[in-house]
Amino acid sequence: MQKNSELFKKLSEKSLWVRKETLKIAKIVPIRLASSLSDVEIFAALYYGKILKINPRNLKWKQRDRFIISKPHGAISLYPILADLGFFDKGELARVGQKGSFLGGIPDASVPGFETVNGALGHGLGLACGVALALKKKNSHSKVFVLSGDGELNEGAVWEAIMFASHHRLDNLILIIDNNKISMLDYCKNIIDLTPLEEKFRIFKWKVKTVNGHNIKEVYDSLKSLKEEKGNYPKVLIANTIKGKGVPQLENNPLCHIKSLKEDEIINVLKDYYEL
Amino acid sequence: MSSNQLKTMRDIFIDGVYEKMKKNKQIFFLSADFGAPALDKLRKDFKDRFINVGIAEQNLINIAAGLALENYIVYAFAIAPFMTMRTYEQIRQNLSISSQINPVNVNLIGVGTGLSYDLSGPSHHCLEDISIMRLLPNFIVFSPSDGKLVDEFVDYSIRIKKPKYLRFDSKPLPLLYDEIQDLNLENGFYELKKGKKICLVSTGYMTHTALRVAKKINDIGIVDAFILKPLNEKLLFKTLAKYDYVITIEEGFINNGGLDSLISKILHDNQSNVKLINRLGINDKHIFDLGERDYLHKLNNCDKESIIKIIRDINE
Repeated sequence: MQKNSELFKKLSEKSLWVRKETLKIAKIVPIRLASSLSDVEIFAALYYGKILKINPRNLKWKQRDRFIISKPHGAISLYPILADLGFFDKGELARVGQKGSFLGGIPDASVPGFETVNGALGHGLGLACGVALALKKKNSHSKVFVLSGDGELNEGAVWEAIMFASHHRLDNLILIIDNNKISMLDYCKNIIDLTPLEEKFRIFKWKVKTVNGHNIKEVYDSLKSLKEEKGNYPKVLIANTIKGKGVPQLENNPLCHIKSLKEDEIINVLKDYYEL
Repeated sequence: MSSNQLKTMRDIFIDGVYEKMKKNKQIFFLSADFGAPALDKLRKDFKDRFINVGIAEQNLINIAAGLALENYIVYAFAIAPFMTMRTYEQIRQNLSISSQINPVNVNLIGVGTGLSYDLSGPSHHCLEDISIMRLLPNFIVFSPSDGKLVDEFVDYSIRIKKPKYLRFDSKPLPLLYDEIQDLNLENGFYELKKGKKICLVSTGYMTHTALRVAKKINDIGIVDAFILKPLNEKLLFKTLAKYDYVITIEEGFINNGGLDSLISKILHDNQSNVKLINRLGINDKHIFDLGERDYLHKLNNCDKESIIKIIRDINE
């Protein structure tokens, strides 16, 4: 128990650091900042909590867990983590989007640590089903994690994959939904109301868990237990999050996806909330 | 090979893949609920490596790409227009873009190209696929005219780790390459008949029309283009340079990136005096007319008689 409370303390500190570093990137180049702030605790639990089995020195290690990020525009916050863990040099973080850099505004498979190309939404889960099927065929113990947005669930191909995964009993597949409830132009509920989301997945024969996506203990514990859980079904973690979390101007602003902060605004946020 | 005389391209190809699957455990065969007589055996004998993904072509591509990222060789099978156009973004992102970084071996088999589903109407016609699939970087586009080429392509498809699009006619077609000894698949074309002055360059089903024309007009040449990307452009130009005039024939939209555009580009790049005098095919409209395939060709000026008339006009 003592050990876990130390872990959670570390994960919280890392989450704060990741938000700070992500804001510093937003200072250099326009990014989808709000989308990259709702999933920070998810990344922290997976990477610093060592739920993902990976090896920065061997990207194609056969025993690694596969992590397919279906909303890579919202994964700029993974850049600091990957640099911190040695996937690439930390100095690269100051060069995002610059000439000669490999860190773009939407990360893809050319970035060490990213498995696939996923800028167009709604493809990640289907790809992950293929990977999960392949791993089962090889009798591999590796798991396939997928991060998807909630707005992305509007895409029809996602539901083709949701049906496929349960029909083929892909129990090595864990979908994480960053349920930040905001799309590009409005709250998701005003565009296509996805509720009741849990029931939708249950009816499609998925195991469902819902957590507060900013409570690091809840996120960590549920991902760990879903990874370990044996069963004949795919699993989904619905992480209720706040789009723009950690930046008051963005939090829950229905237009935060397209709102960019001016440099001095970012400097003030860093000063006021991140002691920089 | 004579047993392939009355078989469809899909049956010949699937029989070939079936033989490979016996020895090579790395092969998966996926279908979007689309069948073929030869497939019945395959899905019965390789239950663990055959998957019917359902009527879900988008997911067909994504599953294929996912399996291939884990180093499986994947064949995906569907009706041609849905294989290419329902799924264009899946193909673009998860095969064309992705394979530039992580090469994969995915073979998309589209059946029913051109007007081979003549009676099913414009939703089932496939007149766009040559243009749109040729456009995609990292892709190989195979457009065979006969079963011998299809049979040859089985080994090639396993050997070359790239995404490929295989466009198959739905009807059984007579063999053209059965007696030919010097075929080099990777050149992408073959001069089926040497001639003078006028050369017909065709692909797929239309090569059979071109050969019927040649039976009436002796001295024309015939080039069958069966790999539309990539092909040996230098050698193709050398072949075409012997003629004065070239006519392209394709069962697809003309003037928009099809076979005609490919030939036009090759001639232009070589500052050739050879004139691409006519581009035959379907000109910027969908076809609601009913009737057999040759009748539909007649309405669109690309049946045997129309082509003979065009050639006689040039000769006069």
